[in-house]
Amino acid sequence: MAQRVVVDPITRIEGHLRIEADIEDGKIKEAYSSGTMVRLLEEIVKGRDPRDVWAFVGRVCGVCTSVHSLASVRSVEDALDIVVPPNAEAVRNIMFCVQNLHDHVVHFYHLHALDWVDVVSALKADPKKTSEIAQSISNWPKSSPGYFSDLQKRLTKFVESGQLGIFANGYWGHPAYKLPPEINLIGVAHYLEALEWQKEIVKVHAIFGGKNPHPNFLVGGMACSIGLDDVSTINAERLAYVSDLLKQAQQFAEQVYIPDVMAVAPYYLDWGGIGGGLGSYLAYGDLPTNGYRDKSSYLFPSGAILNKNFNEVFDVDLRSDSEVQEFIKHSWYEYAGGDSAGLHPWKGETKLKYTGPKPPFENLNTEDKYSYLKTPRWRGHAMEVGPLARIFIGYARGREDYKELVDSTLKKLNVPVTALISTLGRTAARALESKLTAQWALDFYNTLINNIKNGDVRMANMEKFEPATWPARALGVGHTEAPRGALGHWIVIENQKVANYQLVVPSTWNASPRDTNGLPSAYEAALKDTPVHDPNQPLEILRTVHSFDPCLACAVHLYDEEGKHVSQVKVL
Amino acid sequence: MVTTTEKRKTYYEELIDKGYSRRDFMKFCTFFAAYIGLESSGAAQIAKALENKPRLPVVWLHFQECTCCSESFIRSSHPIVADILLDQISLDYTETLMAASGFQAEQALEDTMKKYHGEYVLCVEGTVPTGADGVYCMIGGKTAAQRLQEAAEGAKAIIAWGSCASNGCVQAAKPNPTIATPIHKLIKGKPIIRVPGCPPIGEVMAGVLVHVITFGRLPELDGSARPKAFYSKRVHDTCYRRPFYDAGLFVETFDDENARKGYCLYKVGCKGPSTYNACSVTKWNNGTSYPIQSGHGCFGCSEDNYWDNGPIYKRMATFPGFGIESNADTIGLTALGITAAGIAAHAVATNLKKAKIIDELISEGKQSEQELKKD
Repeated sequence: MAQRVVVDPITRIEGHLRIEADIEDGKIKEAYSSGTMVRLLEEIVKGRDPRDVWAFVGRVCGVCTSVHSLASVRSVEDALDIVVPPNAEAVRNIMFCVQNLHDHVVHFYHLHALDWVDVVSALKADPKKTSEIAQSISNWPKSSPGYFSDLQKRLTKFVESGQLGIFANGYWGHPAYKLPPEINLIGVAHYLEALEWQKEIVKVHAIFGGKNPHPNFLVGGMACSIGLDDVSTINAERLAYVSDLLKQAQQFAEQVYIPDVMAVAPYYLDWGGIGGGLGSYLAYGDLPTNGYRDKSSYLFPSGAILNKNFNEVFDVDLRSDSEVQEFIKHSWYEYAGGDSAGLHPWKGETKLKYTGPKPPFENLNTEDKYSYLKTPRWRGHAMEVGPLARIFIGYARGREDYKELVDSTLKKLNVPVTALISTLGRTAARALESKLTAQWALDFYNTLINNIKNGDVRMANMEKFEPATWPARALGVGHTEAPRGALGHWIVIENQKVANYQLVVPSTWNASPRDTNGLPSAYEAALKDTPVHDPNQPLEILRTVHSFDPCLACAVHLYDEEGKHVSQVKVL
Repeated sequence: MVTTTEKRKTYYEELIDKGYSRRDFMKFCTFFAAYIGLESSGAAQIAKALENKPRLPVVWLHFQECTCCSESFIRSSHPIVADILLDQISLDYTETLMAASGFQAEQALEDTMKKYHGEYVLCVEGTVPTGADGVYCMIGGKTAAQRLQEAAEGAKAIIAWGSCASNGCVQAAKPNPTIATPIHKLIKGKPIIRVPGCPPIGEVMAGVLVHVITFGRLPELDGSARPKAFYSKRVHDTCYRRPFYDAGLFVETFDDENARKGYCLYKVGCKGPSTYNACSVTKWNNGTSYPIQSGHGCFGCSEDNYWDNGPIYKRMATFPGFGIESNADTIGLTALGITAAGIAAHAVATNLKKAKIIDELISEGKQSEQELKKD
């Protein structure tokens, strides 16, 4: 008889996520993923100025900040046929790489590491041995025995105080923790160092976008004009600052983050066979090197892989009615055409309908509707999106940079490529990707500098900024690759206002409930067969769920074709 | 401030234990005295308080939000801040960073609420939806509203982080479909401090917490329950582009010649003249920049209902509270000596008034130049 386990809240994520899982014989038989918060931002942007929408939808998420704003300005530019100047593209690309890198590092150390690193075990580490290990895996300077010994002393006093703060009630001592105390101590040291590091790299966003979280964007380009002879605009000092920050970021990725992942992985190779899930991958692509419209120039290629068949990569068309569709069979919404219809974002309709239990409750009825997330499908298939999808698509497209990176890593770990289809694979893919984006950020920086050298200082194309220049009706789609995966925003502009707006975001792909055919999405599929040593300590569930880097605030939304608010609401 | 039967370590003891020197400690105190706007004697006051006060238990709840407040908070720049705020305040519950999930997380929350009843500070990030009996935000099977009431009951004080908890922010913009509600509208009879902004500046958040830790009470608040130290000045008042405004030099459209010279952004929609925040003084990300410095106008993210206060790129028609300055067109045209057919008749009077003032300023300037030459 299966035992139903509920993990709610899932912590160390953005947003509100609940997992219910049936456990039988020490393994998960079925898992159910539920998003339990909704804000309905798409309803709120209707009727507004399309040029303002990036600011509204940017507030979808403050963790993967900037990605929604980017997708939004692109959707408007697509609808209005605006091409942004090369400098704006370069700046957007630099900001993209910074976001990707920041997000991956913060995810690994602050959101994911505690699933693998036992903080309490670090107390038993030998500082001298710790130093030797640290120096054998990297030339990062903070690695002396004294450094680790000081840290350990501080940690001991912290634990002895009895007030563990954020570390309270962790799963310390669980048998699934396999790292030697010395590597745990390195993990704790870098947890703290990454906390310091992360606030540096985002300064690049502050320079170009004025602040972080939530830097500013602009339809038509970027607002940060270049004025080499002016103290108050993007000048030589600002550019030198960016260069310095990008180099520091690359150094941390290469000397701390990637070596740490490679040092931890050998102890958890069994997780190369757990949490694989769907085996179907989707990416929309991003990082144009010859303009956003030239998809062939993307450093992150787009494509779809079905059922682990890496010999075939399908092209993806976001405008096609029959490719991206959303379903609501198990979501708290209803469609006019019934619960089994699938609708393309431009033609979607949504009516909120909460049918779950009245809170406070113990369990959701997972046979019925059980989430505020809709269920997106690509040509009817459940797809996984994210860094692993991007790595596989780059690899399967035959890109040399991906092949070299992936093959050398697999060789180092002595595992076959199939080991990447796993919980460990997702975590490793994030680190591999950061190696690419750290370098690409510098490449885009050089592009920007070269443009300026050649006399091109344009940062925004304002030809169609005035609504009077727009057609009466226009459709647009803007896409990007958020840290967590494929992100698309679909817009319908009518009479200079937003008539419809729809986001299909990475965590909707990954965290959504079952579809019309009862088939699971990525989280639910990946959790199936995950071993659970102690149902009261759901460490293994967290490992697999966190390997996707959940981000739930983005994933829930409401869309209503008629422009009416149709859900039943009342004031308490 | 806090009395418990159990002996907890003071901040000073904790820092010394962590290997910081007395000098580091004093540096930190001076830094925050400056931030909170205290005079030089304030540093000693902070030092004294931190040396003698035990750790403050803090619970941080998340509702309808995007987590940008937490993200901003961990960006606060002073090195010791990360330690103080992540370890020293004993952050006993925050879904964003805590190790435990599920019922172990819930247990940590309950333990803190029981053990430190009447003593802990409750931080809230996000709004609470009251539509549909609260089902639009549920955590651990309970509604956000239920969780807020439970946690507020034993809280010594409540800090409403960011524009969501302070005034509703984006999900409360029209038509506010989930009836997203800020905290002060739901909790009565508790001291509440509102720290608006989307997000608030990290150093401002740290500054507010340090004030609470140091003095055991909320900082001085304005009529809207915002800390005066950070929200008493308009962004416009201390903006480094202000001289361009006064001289009538404006960006007419993004990335034009004037934008490349860093002119004032008022005409492309900057809401700095009506926004109370510390952006143009404290700046963002350890003083790196702020929206106007990076070429985009302020859109007033710390103001009530800012999402419904008109389109972002539409210039404000009038400034509240500005006597001599009325309309950028008139100011700009006068200063540049341009005549245009489009000037509205009603603007002429102001135009003349402003022209007179500028004339006076010019002659004043010439006079002081003369005086300088004499010296």
